[in-house]
Amino acid sequence: MSASYLLRRLLTILLTVLIVSMLVFGITQVLPADAAVMLLGENATPEQLVAVRARLGLDLPVWQQYLGWIGHVLRGDFGTSLETGLPVGEVMFTALGRSLLLALLSLLLMLVVAIPLGVVAALRRGRASDLGIGLASYVGVSMPEFVTATLVLITLGNPAFGLLPSTGYVPLTEDFRGGLARLVLPVLTVSVILVAHVVRMVRSEMVDVLGTDYVRAARMKGLSRPRILFRHALRNALLPTITVVALDIGYLLGGIIVVEEIFAFPGIGRALIVAIQQRDLPSIQAGALIMAATYALANLLADLAYAALDKRIRYA
Amino acid sequence: MPDTLRHLLRTPQGLIGGGIILMALLAAIGGPAIAPFDPEAFHVRARFSGPGATYWLGTDQFGRDILSRILAGARSTLFLAVAATALGTVAGAVLGTLSAFIGGWVDEALMRIVDAVMAIPNLLFTLLIVTVLGASGVNALIALGIAFTPGMARITRSVALAVRQQDFVNAAVARGETGSFIVLREMLPNVVGPIIVEATIRVAFAVMGLATLSFLGLGAQPPSSEWGLMVAEARPYLFRNAWMMLFPGLAIALVAVAFNLFGDGLRDALNPRA
Repeated sequence: MSASYLLRRLLTILLTVLIVSMLVFGITQVLPADAAVMLLGENATPEQLVAVRARLGLDLPVWQQYLGWIGHVLRGDFGTSLETGLPVGEVMFTALGRSLLLALLSLLLMLVVAIPLGVVAALRRGRASDLGIGLASYVGVSMPEFVTATLVLITLGNPAFGLLPSTGYVPLTEDFRGGLARLVLPVLTVSVILVAHVVRMVRSEMVDVLGTDYVRAARMKGLSRPRILFRHALRNALLPTITVVALDIGYLLGGIIVVEEIFAFPGIGRALIVAIQQRDLPSIQAGALIMAATYALANLLADLAYAALDKRIRYA
Repeated sequence: MPDTLRHLLRTPQGLIGGGIILMALLAAIGGPAIAPFDPEAFHVRARFSGPGATYWLGTDQFGRDILSRILAGARSTLFLAVAATALGTVAGAVLGTLSAFIGGWVDEALMRIVDAVMAIPNLLFTLLIVTVLGASGVNALIALGIAFTPGMARITRSVALAVRQQDFVNAAVARGETGSFIVLREMLPNVVGPIIVEATIRVAFAVMGLATLSFLGLGAQPPSSEWGLMVAEARPYLFRNAWMMLFPGLAIALVAVAFNLFGDGLRDALNPRA
């Protein structure tokens, strides 16, 4: 991997974040809500409003406001929430931490489930188990996250059955078992969606690899079946899968927004939805920027991991 | 074209997907006419009923017939999804073809921007656009269309670059045709195939994306019976009458599966080698 490739990727990330920042800042300009009115309430006198607008810099030209805002953001100051008065940067980063926990656990569960399923489907190609897995993944891909989530909620999370707590969040450091129990349903939902994507990929890659000459050669050499499968075939089949997983980080984020909302999980996705519903501008801006930057970085990391795992890949 | 259609219907994906889409289209066109009840009529004595002989798929919190509402909602759901896809496809196709045709630094700059926009998670991007535009079904359509544009632009560009090398384009350039003539009349018709495949699969994403926006309260607004909104309205009664969310959810999934299948079938039919 060349330094120039890395540099170009970092520049693209910068451009992405810049576009998001403009989009996000654009919202402030078109929303009917006036930040000064929101702060002072409906009964503020015109003089008070003018004073607050001057203090917030709302009387400056748009580009000066944008530059001022982005300058603060670069110094880590995202402003304070119009709803709660708390610093939004801190709030959003705490929420991001919880979301990352949810995301990582889901990815882990996905890998544990999707790879064996994909391999089984490839080995039993055309038989009932393959068709079943194929059909299930098709349905899984085609179900919007909120439908999957509500299905999980009314089955496993139904208070009538009393299996698992359906909503909320408890820090693992406070109550490990209770916290874990509350993570089960959201993690399960997110991974269902991911599994559906990845199984199809693992299967088709595995089918391709099993048909290659080197696998045939290994078989003719008399190597044991597990050895061929795990040492020779699976390793190569998994490489393209990593790309799909990287692409899935996007679905993961989208899925997490919805899943967090449904299971009342206080991650960054739910924080963003709440901020949008309350028209809490600093929170919308911080949430969207942090999410976009996280996603871009995660994508880069996935690409780097791919290159590290497959020595044949050279990014120019 | 009839040849493609025959190929398409011979693949199981194309046949099943096409069948379901046809049914959904019938519901979208004749929905209110074939619905057993008025989708807005309250049946106060039959609130929260499960599937049964009178109300086949049960009723909601006002006693409205769910089957009738799903049939009536097919129109807005399908129309919004197809329109959003069409918007994104046309915008992306024009942008991509233009980018490939002009080339040089314009192409480079456009593609960098496309990269940057595509690196924004799709749902986040549409959420932000809807926040700017305001929550409504039509704005959700526009947001989704905009969100689809960069992806379609990139696909079109790569196909168009291949077409750009063809002799008939060079001939048109040599004839001294204008840029817009070459893009619209010579290049676009030849990049249509792969774009149609991609667009068909995108309709599935559009159905899901629009339903998700409605579900979050940022898409279609009550009293619409858009399917995502129906699921959202069923949420408070989830544990009381699960059928209320199950059937519209199923309808969304079914239509999305259908477009996925149909798109896959179309790809096979247009490209028999793969």
